[in-house]
Amino acid sequence: MTGTMARIAWPLGFGILVLILWEAAVRGFDIPPAILPAPTEIWDAIQRSTHILWIDWVQTVVKGALTGLILGAIAGVLAALAIDRVDFLRRGLLPVANFVAALPIVGVAPIMVMWFGFDWQSKAAVVVVMVFFPMLVNTLAGLEATDRMQRDLMRTYSASHAQTLGKLRLPAAMPFIFNGLKIATTLALIGAIVAEYFGSPTKGMGFRISTEVGRLGIDMVWAEIAVSAITGTALYGLVALIERRVTFWHPSQRRG
Amino acid sequence: MKRIVPVLVVVACIFALWYAGSFLMNRAWVMDQAARAGTEPGFSEVLRDTMNQDRAKLPAPHQVAAELYDGILDKKVTSKRSLVYHGFITFQATMAGFALGIVAGVALAVAIVLSRVADRTLMPWAIISQTIPVVALAPMIVVLTNAMGAGSLMVPKAIIAGYLSFFPVLVSMVAGLRSPDRMQLDLLRTYGASPRQVFWKLRMPASLPYFFASLKIAVAASLVGAIVGELPTGAIAGLGARMLIGSQFGNPMIMWSALFAAAILAAGLIWIVGGIEKLANRMMGGQRA
Repeated sequence: MTGTMARIAWPLGFGILVLILWEAAVRGFDIPPAILPAPTEIWDAIQRSTHILWIDWVQTVVKGALTGLILGAIAGVLAALAIDRVDFLRRGLLPVANFVAALPIVGVAPIMVMWFGFDWQSKAAVVVVMVFFPMLVNTLAGLEATDRMQRDLMRTYSASHAQTLGKLRLPAAMPFIFNGLKIATTLALIGAIVAEYFGSPTKGMGFRISTEVGRLGIDMVWAEIAVSAITGTALYGLVALIERRVTFWHPSQRRG
Repeated sequence: MKRIVPVLVVVACIFALWYAGSFLMNRAWVMDQAARAGTEPGFSEVLRDTMNQDRAKLPAPHQVAAELYDGILDKKVTSKRSLVYHGFITFQATMAGFALGIVAGVALAVAIVLSRVADRTLMPWAIISQTIPVVALAPMIVVLTNAMGAGSLMVPKAIIAGYLSFFPVLVSMVAGLRSPDRMQLDLLRTYGASPRQVFWKLRMPASLPYFFASLKIAVAASLVGAIVGELPTGAIAGLGARMLIGSQFGNPMIMWSALFAAAILAAGLIWIVGGIEKLANRMMGGQRA
């Protein structure tokens, strides 16, 4: 138990120390709030405008990022399963997908905004495209993770393709799929916010940040940053938690 | 040969789908124009018109290729409409951020490997830093660097690019510096090596393959950071700024050519870094043998 406590206490203490130093620096050097507000001022802004923050959060995170993340992740895994069945496709698509996964896909944001309009649909579309390739590449890598012996064993059991997939290869691919999902969660938030810079209705975290910067409402900008930081960390933590439940058998999850 | 054929077939299929998509998505506009003019175009006329619109919903591949050729080779490099000019601005920010990311990533990795306190306090925050969407932070980075007296947009863009690219370097370097096993560490102990000697003669060389392997991911991340950094910072030059301008003027050709210029830049950077990685690996292998 002390091990777990220490694992949390050290980084938590460091975070609190940074916040205290930040507060002290802002007060000590009299930094104007238009440049860097103190943590307490940001906290005030969060409490003052909970309602606006909630509306922005729903618009950007729930409608934009999460919708896109779920659709894109499912599409990526399904595409990987389909490609995996056809050897020719696998040899042809894998290099292409690997290549595309390394490109700056955020660049499709203006195109998606042009196609799907200003509202959340275009944000979700950007997220789908950004999330699709890492999911595809990781799932394909995961499906390769079983070795000859294991697959031969399934063959001696006269297992069908679906049975081999469901009972051996998909479970074995889970660590890879979750690795892709972790990358995807951070990409999803970036995609949803970036797309708002190319046009959005009068709500959303990216919209609020760019307008408040213009109005010098810097404490509000930091409030949005705090919300987005907590959301990003919570999403990542959620994926890691599900991963621990699903891949409890994997060496990297074992304790002790 | 066996490896290249499937790839070529897939690429050909992508182009075929793209052309089909252009036809389907641009047809509505052609039909609309024809209805207003009171004519009924035949299939071949519709096909021709969907492939050559200035403001196509989905420009056909040859249009994008022509626009890229025009922007990269036909314009003078100093022209504000030259993609080379904009690409170079983004490239500079990418490289500055890449360098920043390497320095920060290696420094943090060394601290984390050498100190247990740093391992416990910094590693969780390094992971958290990557779950925070950097685009949200970007405008604040601009405000802060301006307040500190950085005149150009280069500094905030490089910081954003570095923020995204330090993480892969950090993770790989930590793994690399920890890769020497018990036996090797014990051997150095029997030689009476000091901790400093263990670090420089064993851990550092052992980490080099890991370091070079992380560079490809880091440079791709750095480019994404440089492009993203141009969006909320009000930049007027750079590939990200081109995308923003294309979006504001509703000009799809500018967006598509900027997107492909960014893709070409990314491919070039990854190719160069991959080459450096291969070269380094070969030299390391030569030393070992």
